[in-house]
This record gives sequence, C-alpha cells and structure tokens, in this order.
Amino acid sequence: MTKTTHRVWKYGDNINTDVIFPGKYTYTISHDPVQLARHALEDLDPAFAARAQEGDVIVAGRNFGNGSSREQAVTCLVHAGLRAVIAGSFARIYYRNAINNGLLAIECPSIVDCVETGDILEIDMAAHELRAGGRSFSFAPMPEEVRAILDAGGIIAYLSAQD
Amino acid sequence: MVSEFVGGGYAKLGPPCQQIASHTMPTLTEKILARAAGRKHVVPGEIVVIEPDVTLSHDNSAAIAQIFAQLPHKRVKFPERLAITLDHAVPPPSPKHARNHAEIREFARAQGIQQFYEVGRGICHQVLCEEGVVGPGMTLLGADSHSPHFGWLGAFSAGIGRSEVAALWATGQLWLRVPETLRINLTGSLRRGVTSKDLTLALIGGLGADGAAYMAVEFAGEGLAKMTPDSRAALTNMMAEMGAKSACMPPDDTTWRWLRDTLARTRPQDYEQRLDYFEANALYPVADAQVAGEQTVDLCQVEPMVACPHAVDNSFPLSEVAGRRVDIGFIGTCTNGRLEDIAAAADLVSGRQLRRRLLVIPASSLVLRDAAEAGHITALLDAGAVIGTPGCGPCMGNHMGVLAPGEVCISSANRNFRGRMGEPAAEIYLANPAVVAASCIAGKLTHPADL
Ligand code: SF4
Repeated sequence: MTKTTHRVWKYGDNINTDVIFPGKYTYTISHDPVQLARHALEDLDPAFAARAQEGDVIVAGRNFGNGSSREQAVTCLVHAGLRAVIAGSFARIYYRNAINNGLLAIECPSIVDCVETGDILEIDMAAHELRAGGRSFSFAPMPEEVRAILDAGGIIAYLSAQD
Repeated sequence: MVSEFVGGGYAKLGPPCQQIASHTMPTLTEKILARAAGRKHVVPGEIVVIEPDVTLSHDNSAAIAQIFAQLPHKRVKFPERLAITLDHAVPPPSPKHARNHAEIREFARAQGIQQFYEVGRGICHQVLCEEGVVGPGMTLLGADSHSPHFGWLGAFSAGIGRSEVAALWATGQLWLRVPETLRINLTGSLRRGVTSKDLTLALIGGLGADGAAYMAVEFAGEGLAKMTPDSRAALTNMMAEMGAKSACMPPDDTTWRWLRDTLARTRPQDYEQRLDYFEANALYPVADAQVAGEQTVDLCQVEPMVACPHAVDNSFPLSEVAGRRVDIGFIGTCTNGRLEDIAAAADLVSGRQLRRRLLVIPASSLVLRDAAEAGHITALLDAGAVIGTPGCGPCMGNHMGVLAPGEVCISSANRNFRGRMGEPAAEIYLANPAVVAASCIAGKLTHPADL
C-alpha cells in the first residue's frame, strides 16, 4: 500500500503546540485516546475534533508544531484519526515526536499553497510524491532508519522489537 | 531541506555522512558534541549517538514512566543521570495533579533517582543550574522545550519528546543531528532600562519564530562579556522561541564567579570538587569557528520591545504599542523570574501603588530567599503585588493566575500563544520585567521612564 488517498484539513504558518493541544490539559490528559482526540486543535479550529475522520491529513505552512515538547500535540492528532501531517517545515521537536509516535510527517513546501480544506490528496510513499488537483509534488525520501521507526509504529515499538 | 532525521536514524547507524571534511574550526557546540560522541570532530548534518550527562524531566515524569513501562527494560540504565523537578503545577491545584506528583515520587524512589527536587524548590531549568547538576562542557537532553537554557553555562542542551526520554531512561543513549551554528555577535552594551529580554524579542521578531530552526545559536562578542548571569540565562532560554535546537556561550569569569557563589550555597559539602570537575570539563570555541550564519547586534541600538498576541515573533518596539490596555501583570518563569528581574520590578513599585494586579512568582526558592532578604518581596507586597510559590505558575495555563476570557496580560514569560495561560479568548503581551511592573503601575502598556 504505497499509494493512499486522504481528505485535507488546511492550516497556515506557525501552528503552535498550544493551539494543537492546550497546555492546561498536559498533566491531566496523557494517554486516554478519547480525551486526546476530543481536544485536538481545540484553540485553532473548534470544528476539527468533531468532524475529523480516519485517514484525514493536515496540510499546513511553515514551522508546524512550534512551541512545547508535549507529545500530546502529536498523539491527539493520531487518535483523531489523522494519517499524516504535511507542512512547509516542522519545528524540530514536533518532527521527532511525530515519527516517534508513528505519525507520518512530510516536509513539502510546494504543495502548501495548492490545496484547501476538503480537497483530496494522494500520498505515494514509493515515488516520494504527493498528488492533488491533477498536479504532483515531490518530497525528499525519508532515511531508512527513520522509516524503520515510523513503520514500527513509533520509537517504543521499535526499541521493544529490538530488545 | 534540513530535517532532524536526515542522514541516519536511531541506534542502528548507517555509514557516516558523505562529505565529512576535516573540520578544524569547530564551534563550541561541535566540540561538546564531538567529545560526547567519543569522536575527534563532528560536522553539521551528521548523525551522532551521545550518552547525555543529564536527562531532565518534570511534572511530565509520570507520563514518561507510563511509556517507559511499555519497554522491556525494567530499570533506568543510569539513575544518577536523571534529574526530576516538580515545578509545573506546584503546589498541586487538584487531586489529579497531586496524584501525578505522588506517582513521580514513587517512581523516583523505586528507581533510586537522587537528583529529585520537590514542590517549591523551583523551575527545572533554574534549579539544575543552581544545584550544579549541569555545568560547562556537559550535555543535557530534556523533556521540555526550553532546555536550550543551560547553554548559558557553556553546556550543550536540547529539548526532546516524552517517548525519547523514556528511550533514554532505558538505553542511556540517543541520536542527534549535529546542528549548523548561527553565531550572534554582540557589540556595545544595553542602554539603561533595556534588558536581554528585549534583545531576544528583537532577534525573534527580526529572524522569525523559525529563524534558527534546527540550528545551534552561539553568542559571542564583547557585549556578552558585560552581561549578568541572570540576563544571559534569559538569552539562551528564549532561543527556543526562534526554533533553535540549542543555544550556548563560552564560560567566562562571570560564569565561574556565579557557579562558585551559587554552588557554595547549594552544595557546601562538595562544591570545590564539583567546580574542579567543571573546570576540567569546560570547552571553548576556536577563534573564527566556521558557522552557517552570523548576525551582529549593536546592543546600544536595542529598544524595549513587546511581543503582541499571539506570537513571540509578533514583536514591536514598546514605543509603538505603549498605552494599550492591561488587566494583569505576571513576572516569573524560567525566562525572567530571577533575582535581577524581581529587583527591577521591586525598585519600580517602591513607594507606589499598583493600578493593576501583579503576580510575582520567583523561579526558585533560592531566588525567593534572596529577594526576601533584599527587601524586594516587602516592596512588592506593600505595592499590592501577589507572591506565588516558586514554579511555573500560570505560564502554561495550569493554575495559580490563569486568565479570564477577554483579559489582557503583560508577562515576563516566553510564550504568548493563544490559550497559553489557560484561556483562548485572553491576550498575552511579553516584555521585560520592568515594563511589566511599570504597566501595572500605570494601568496600560508603559515604559518605566514614562512613569
Ligand atoms: S516556566 Fe513556563 S516555559 Fe519555563 S519550564 Fe515552566 S512552563 Fe515551561
């Protein structure tokens, strides 16, 4: 299954971790999937949590996930059903957290201005391409070792399998 | 594309990067990482595995312990390298928070974690400096985004996520991409009433919230030599808001004096040995180290700055936004909750009354003690300020001073994101502590000189 299709949620630049998952919940909601999903993007797009569907993706601008190191900013999206985040660029801790929790993170600045919420987008992992609206956009292949962590479902599963 | 993962991965490493030229002009960051990785030298872009001297976590330690429990490793590999501080919601505001703390205490006891700092001791970044847990040349990885903080002591430190910290507890190792370095040369000196916080807001406003993404920031220049320890710490701390992986500066006489004075108080039994260890461990950049980018700032030109809602890089000179409404002020956090910050506020409010609420939360118990001894706490209380327990307070919206819908806060913290202080319909402005105090005296955004 190297080609998959997804529905897009589109956001802007500098989407920070406080609007992805508010700081006030960080010590009271850690791992509960239902609670995590319920508060996803609460302070950015109140419609998101109720309407996100399994397999959706986010396309956003530069510096996605800047701010806190809280991993709930990744896991709340995973539990909301998100399959991938595609962004112009990522904040570094967010990128690490995404891969470490099995969320596909793709840096692809060229697609950002070409899709809108509700568009359908295809991810082709083998060809390192995204396709939408009849156009295709290439992204850099992920190093093998990183792909291994992602494919294992995250760093914990990866380390457990190695032991 | 520069990405954390380019060129390698965790644990199982591929062949070393293609073009590893002989690197004879290393930055401070490269020198520290090379030694930590057991290598002669490292180059930017390369992936290295290090065993950090210190792994930091705080109120998130219970959640990390739950992730750790999913791993086959039952014991923390190097318990003596962990440092845990209870600071983010202290004292606990709810039974849930209290249970979280209890779980962390139990974990620390069971795993034999000695470097454990209780409720009220202060914020992790401040406490680990004061306690001599981190010093020059050392490496720290922390489950906190302001981990670049420790670079003011000449250490390498960076933030990572909770799962990675769990992996680090289990294996003692983590991979890192060697960052490119952005050098910031400081010339001249700050004018009266202008602080290192203003410098950071000017830098972040100019270069953007991702202006140093994936990079190490290194401060240098004769302007740096004149800066106090407290203001240096604010500088490296705030580089997290510019996307930096780490930030540092070479230790100098000011650093050593601060370490000696502070450690003599916090660990009188062994501070001499600890300082000897730091001195043997300290590293310095070579002159003219090769860097990927360079900025020079004439400190005389920096003005008091304010970051307006809802982004740190949305910053303006105070002169352009003075007069805007303010409902409450907050002085505290790992960025600006130190003695110098509280002293600046106390000096301004002495003999005056506050027109707006002002919440002051010292960054540590040591800071609180010094502020009390110097009479600053009395001055603040007399003017009508509120003093809180050392810790993070409302910085990330947990408790103890969160905002109501529509309220406008002026804060000495590091982030003004929507909802950061608990309420999305509130507004947060960031400034230096004197501007916060002056604004609470005047009831609107105000330069201290205009009082
Ligand atoms: S004071 Fe604020 S920024 Fe600093 S560690 Fe605490 S919550 Fe984080």
